[in-house]
Formats: sequence, C-alpha cells, structure tokens
Amino acid sequence: MLRNTFMLLAMVPLLTAAQKYGTRNGQLQFRSETPLETIEAENFKGTCVLDASTGAIEFMALIKGFQFEKALMQEHFNENYMESDKFPKASFKGTVDGMSAELITRPGRHDLTVNGELTIHGVTKPLSTPVTVEVQPTGATVAECGFIILPEDHDIAIPGMVRDNIAKEIHVKVKAELQKL
Amino acid sequence: MRARSVPFLFLVLVAPAVSAQDSLLDLLGEEEETKEYSTASFKTTRVINGHSLENTSHGVLDFRIGHRFGFLSEGVEEMFGLDQATIRLGFDYGVTDRLAVGFGRSSFQKTIDGFAKYKLLRQCHSGCSMPITLSLFAGTSITTLTKEKLPWYAEEREDYFTHRMAYAFQVIVGRKFSEGFSLQLMPGLVHRNLVRTDEEENDVLNVGAGGRVKLTKRVTLNAEYFYVLPGQLRAAIVPEDRLDDPNPGFKNSLSVGLDIETGGHVFQVHLTNSTAMYERGFITETTGDWLDGEIHIGFNISRVFTLHRPKQPQPPGSKEEGW
Repeated sequence: MLRNTFMLLAMVPLLTAAQKYGTRNGQLQFRSETPLETIEAENFKGTCVLDASTGAIEFMALIKGFQFEKALMQEHFNENYMESDKFPKASFKGTVDGMSAELITRPGRHDLTVNGELTIHGVTKPLSTPVTVEVQPTGATVAECGFIILPEDHDIAIPGMVRDNIAKEIHVKVKAELQKL
Repeated sequence: MRARSVPFLFLVLVAPAVSAQDSLLDLLGEEEETKEYSTASFKTTRVINGHSLENTSHGVLDFRIGHRFGFLSEGVEEMFGLDQATIRLGFDYGVTDRLAVGFGRSSFQKTIDGFAKYKLLRQCHSGCSMPITLSLFAGTSITTLTKEKLPWYAEEREDYFTHRMAYAFQVIVGRKFSEGFSLQLMPGLVHRNLVRTDEEENDVLNVGAGGRVKLTKRVTLNAEYFYVLPGQLRAAIVPEDRLDDPNPGFKNSLSVGLDIETGGHVFQVHLTNSTAMYERGFITETTGDWLDGEIHIGFNISRVFTLHRPKQPQPPGSKEEGW
C-alpha cells in the first residue's frame, strides 16, 4: 500500500512537467498614426514559449522580420531607427499572472495579466498589460494582447524633421497561437 | 520485492529534471537560418554620376532630377557657374528586385537615355555566402538635337539617325564592407556610333571606381572616378597644354559629394568635372580639369514612390486582416 502510494507520488512530476506551449509563428503588428503619415508593419515569425505550470513566458521577434508596405520605409526602419544590425531582436520575458497548468486546459476565454520586461533597441523597460487567453475545445490556445510603447523609452532617436510623422505612442498588438511542445 | 522496486526506480530516473534554463525559448530548438541579403550599401541607385550596386526596389518608381551648374572657373561674372545649368529629368523603375529599368532626358545636347540594370549576384551574409554584389548594366543615349545643331553637322554630309546613338555597358561589382563603408568597381565599355576623327576609338574601354563612407546615420560621403584607358579619345581641337594628355582634350571623370537622406528623398550634392549625366557623356566627353577649377557644383534629387507592393509570402494559419 505504502509502496503503491509512493509510486503514484513519484509519477506526479511526469504529469506536470510537460506543460510547455509555444509557437514559431506569433504575429506582431505595430502602428504609428499621425495626421501626416500612418506607419504600420507586421511580423509573422515571432517565437513564444509559455510554461503553463509557472506562468513564465518569453517572446522574441527579429526586427528585420517586420514587413512594411513600402520597401524604403522598411529600409529606414532597420537602418536609421532600429539599427537592427546592432540590435537584431526585440524580446519580452515575464510571467502571466493567474496562469496554471489547469487553466490552460480549461476551455473558455480567460482574462489575465502579463508582467515582465520588454527589450527593444537594446533598452529594457518594464511592461505590464492585460492578455486574453482563449482555450478552444479543440485544445488550440490563442493568446492576444495589445499595449503602447514610446520610442523614446527605448532610445530610438527621431530627428526633428520627421518628428510630426511619427506618433509619440506606438500601438502594438500581439497574437500567438500556442501549440503544446 | 526487487521486481517491484525496479519499475519505481525507473520512474524516478525518467522524471525530467528541473534544470535552470537560460531561456524558455531554447525549447523551440534551433531556428532555420533565414537568408539575409545586404541592403543599403549606398543610399540611392547612383554613386554620383554613375550607377551604384543598389537597385530600385520591386514596384518602386524613383523620380530623379539631376542638376549641374556651370564651371567654378567661370568666375564672378557667371557667379562661379551658378548662372548656368544643365538638367536631367528621369524615372527609374524596379521591375523586380533584381531588374531595374529607367529613362531620362538631359538638356545637355538634348539627349534621351535609357538603361536596364540586372543584379546577377547579391551579397549575402547570413543563410548563404556571397561576398559581392554584381550587376550588369546596359544603357543607350540618343541626341535629339535638330540636324543643323548637331556638332558634326555639315551640309554635304548625310545625316544618319544611328550617328546620334551611343551605348554603354558596365559590370558593377562591389561590396558593403561594413555598416559605414561600401566600395565598387565598374569596368565597362562605351560604344559611340560616330566619332570625331580616325584617331578616336568607337569602343572606349574604361574602369570606374566608386565608394561611400557613412558620416552619420543619414549622411554619407561619396566619391567616384572613371579611368579611360589612354589613346582612345581625341578632341577635334586640343589646347596646347593638353597635347600630351593620355586622351588629348578629355579628362577622366572625378566627382565627390555628400548624400543626405530625409524620409522619401535622397539629396546628393557634389563637385564634378563632368557636365553630362549619362554614361557616354560623363565617361567619354568630360573636358573639365579639376586643377583649373573646371568643376561643376551639382545636385541630384531622388524621390521614391511605391507604386505597388509585391505580395509577401504568408505563413500558414495567418490572416491578412481582422486582428
């Protein structure tokens, strides 16, 4: 009896260990809107990993992966503003409050908060934002969030001449369809 | 008893160890390396007069205005050349990312020019390995001056249309050595259907060199030189002090300038001894001597319009819009 209980307890780590979800095709979109110009770009190759048992989450996207309507805008974004040869990645590391191994298997829409640190252009700043995690009956898990970042927070220099073309607040949207790893 | 404890031990051993990981993302494994081609080795598709190894992007129209004032040596009376001007207006278009075409018209000798430029090899530093960019350039120029105004006009001569034409061919090979430095070589040939005298060659061999150094994120220093092999050109009338020149009456084109980039424009301001802005003109018909002050202040303006954006490949499962 004792031995059986012991054996059962020993299996518990096996049951909870594999609670990692992730994707290589996370979608990011950012948008700067001013009366003079709208600048927006999308990245379909964000990588994300979530450990449902601890709530730890990490997200990474290559700056050169952002696609613009205009080739020249994409070139300037990389060469002049983001300096993507020096800082090739934007990354986020944090925890999803309220996440648990149980929650991620419970179908429905869950409104949670993610807290962590966002690193862009080599500068790290804290970021806290609500995130919606939708667990579908099929088992697919979609996490979505939106937040605002300020270019100056990440030392992105904007010359005076184009100051009015770029919004002070950039709207960012992130959507990731997580698969069990 | 032993038989039972073996499976138990096995389970304990198999239970994954909680190791301190550097990053959760490591769980996704190695990413496939995406091919990354070098971009922006020059701020625009011209070094100064000659073509750079950059092409106009796919679906993009580049409106180019080229302006050269007169020679500085004209002195105060001509306001050091500012009172005189020659202009070229042109359009370049990116048919694909590799192929660009363009045409333009210069006020100098009322010349229309057209070209096609094909990027054969692209410098690639990640996911593939190619140390240089190599482009093939072919251009043609036609002077549209009325018959009587042609420099070779004579009443008794038959005016052949083909005499107005010239062709230029170049191989542009270069490399972006670093974020701040790019260099290219342009060996080429200019073919003139009609030349002044028997002593001149119809096929003029030349080698150009061009480079740029980035001064700030948006300003670069460019320089360009075209070396014409000696013994190929001779002016109809050669000034005494130039009789011993390798190509009497003509000089090699030397230009130096700044590229200033602002949003959708690139503004190039420079000093050059060449008056014309098409290959036949600046390679084989440059007469200005830098040491005599026969230098033009000039500028090029490039304004880029995106006519259409080529379809980007989308990964499966992503939607175009709605999120």
